[in-house]
Amino acid sequence: MSSVAVSNKKGFGAVFWDYLTTVDHKKLGVMYLLAGTLFFAIAGFEALLMRIQLMVPNNDFVSAGLFNQLLTMHGTTMLFLAATPLLFGFMNAVVPLQIGARDVAFPFLNSLGFWLFFLGAVFLHLSFFLGGAPDAGWTSYASLSLYSPGHGIDFYVLGLQISGAGTLISGINFIVTIITMRAPGMTFMRMPLFTWTTLITSALIMFAFPPLTVGLFFMLVDRMFEANFFDHTMGGNTIIWEHLFWIFGHPEVYILVLPAFGLFSEIIPVFARKRLFGYSSMVFATILIGFLGFMVWAHHMFTTGLGPTANAIFAVATMAIAVPTGMKVFNWILTIWGGSIKVTVPMLWALGFIPSFVAGGVTGVMQATAPLDYQLHDSYFIVAHFHYVIVGGIVTAIFGSMHFYWPIMFNRALGEKLGVLTFWTFFIGFHLTFFLQHFLGLMGMPRRVFTYQANQGWDLFNFISSIGAILMAIGVILLVLNILISIKSKPLNCRDYWEDGRSLEWAIKTPVPFYNFKQTPLVRGFDPYWLEKHEGNKEGMTYAEPLSDIHMPNNSILPLIMSIGMFIAAFGALYHPDGVSWSIPVIIIGLGITVASMITRSVKDDLGFHVHVEEVIATEEQLYGKGGNK
Amino acid sequence: MAHNTQVQIKTKAEFEYERHHNAVHMRKQVVNFAIMIFLTFVAFASVAAGFSKYFVVPVILLLAAVQVVLQLYSFMHMDDKKTHHMGIIQTFVWSGVLIIFPIFVTFLTIIWW
Repeated sequence: MSSVAVSNKKGFGAVFWDYLTTVDHKKLGVMYLLAGTLFFAIAGFEALLMRIQLMVPNNDFVSAGLFNQLLTMHGTTMLFLAATPLLFGFMNAVVPLQIGARDVAFPFLNSLGFWLFFLGAVFLHLSFFLGGAPDAGWTSYASLSLYSPGHGIDFYVLGLQISGAGTLISGINFIVTIITMRAPGMTFMRMPLFTWTTLITSALIMFAFPPLTVGLFFMLVDRMFEANFFDHTMGGNTIIWEHLFWIFGHPEVYILVLPAFGLFSEIIPVFARKRLFGYSSMVFATILIGFLGFMVWAHHMFTTGLGPTANAIFAVATMAIAVPTGMKVFNWILTIWGGSIKVTVPMLWALGFIPSFVAGGVTGVMQATAPLDYQLHDSYFIVAHFHYVIVGGIVTAIFGSMHFYWPIMFNRALGEKLGVLTFWTFFIGFHLTFFLQHFLGLMGMPRRVFTYQANQGWDLFNFISSIGAILMAIGVILLVLNILISIKSKPLNCRDYWEDGRSLEWAIKTPVPFYNFKQTPLVRGFDPYWLEKHEGNKEGMTYAEPLSDIHMPNNSILPLIMSIGMFIAAFGALYHPDGVSWSIPVIIIGLGITVASMITRSVKDDLGFHVHVEEVIATEEQLYGKGGNK
Repeated sequence: MAHNTQVQIKTKAEFEYERHHNAVHMRKQVVNFAIMIFLTFVAFASVAAGFSKYFVVPVILLLAAVQVVLQLYSFMHMDDKKTHHMGIIQTFVWSGVLIIFPIFVTFLTIIWW
């Protein structure tokens, strides 16, 4: 298993097999990034089709039914299958390096998490070709979805169940990794902010995904076996789905935005060339946001008739979240304040992020005011609000971090000029699209409508909004172009590409060898790499151990096979209500495959392998020339 | 795993210490178990005795809370100081309790049937 032949050219088949079986967090990070980008592109394309439909009144570019499918799949894909994996990509690629670990705590589970997510996502997308996608909105409220004809909702339920299991597994993996695998000296209060937000995010995943699983399970048995959890005519209660969904759904928003906060907390100090302002308050704010995120779910349901007491409680709790979030915003501003600022592409995204996200936050507080929410509910104002938060907060973080971490992940840099162009195209497009939607909402345009009548004062704003969407699409195409160009560019083979790196991941020379640090580093303070650099340490880190054999996990194809088993079983479950004869056998075969591979995994001892000292030295020489990683 | 099984040889004193320690631990488990059975009995009895609903419901909820703590600390070993990262485990468990509490209250109060 131990491959000394790092730089030997491998055939396509071997590389492909390597990626199918890998348990390496860096490769899985790349895979998450690729898969996330694929689904981001698909969901973005769906958004573009919707905006073309809404460009002019009474348009018939797509039918009402197809519009509902596009709308549902856009939301579902963007949240579950684009933003989540893209952020997971960065977590995988960066967090083990930041804490000085060799890999995550459970490399096998890491791989399993990826494949479950990916096959769940593929399953969901097959719905387009197998009789229609889900069409009840990404929230899939039971009163709509129980009566949706066809298999769309079943695809939604089963696909999310599988990919949700993958996310849950990855979340638990990161909690254990961060708690148990930090390098010596890396105390909790020396952890970089991205590691902190990953920890809190993973905790949120652990607490938030079970309610979704339960909700989806109820929905599944309601649709498959005609149970009546959500059917009010049979004694069920359709509101329970809303509660279960939002108990998950609101923390999900923080699951996405907290890593984005973490990424910006890495980018801003590097390019302001100052220590992060108020580190401990940043940590405190992250934890507080995590907690409060669970206490506010009912603010999505103010208009369902919870009663004034409940509405008031949830309104106040919601407004309280503005406090820790505000702390973070001020800390970022004060980090930039008085810094020696370098406006690189990642910094540009960070500078664009702060006002955009604050705008999204302010409209959020407006909606938290329950009486006002009765006016705003289900209007385009809501659409504008959450796109300001998600695009302005999360997408900017992802694009900025792509530039920021590309050198570590791929040993290549993304072009600066094209990056600036991407930023301005996308940023202007984004504000053009969504700023006017606030006013469309206030003028009374409801969300989720496939068309509208002319001369209600909505025509011009909708037209401009669609133009903005096209600009955003151009921005994304430019980014993809930038990525394609970078493949052809020269390898960097350097350490600390941005020259002002602060945390441990910058101390390692690229390309990062498969075992990460050849010796576990000793962390002597916050921002360890910055500290070592300023004490004139040329190697960039102090080592905590002598050079010795490194224990690494073996690759395995089992995670993929397990996930394929679930994938197959899902088809059986999907067609079961049709009364086809093969549904039960398919479920049994699918689950059988999964269980068989679980048994194989449990019975067969897999103790990993050792990379011996000589191999480590040989690898280092091959990667960095004589003398290794000095 | 088989490859690194360690054989520990205990001295007589160590053995005696462990024995005593285990005996104390066992006694604690049995006592806790008895308390839990008793609390369960109290809960059933208060319903059977036909007290007012406004007395029975809060009392049972209180007993349930005590049971949860006993369960966690006695039978799920959250009182074990030797376990690694026990503080973190406790933080996570109590965070979970804190998070589930408003959900619990909500489902009891504002979901109508």
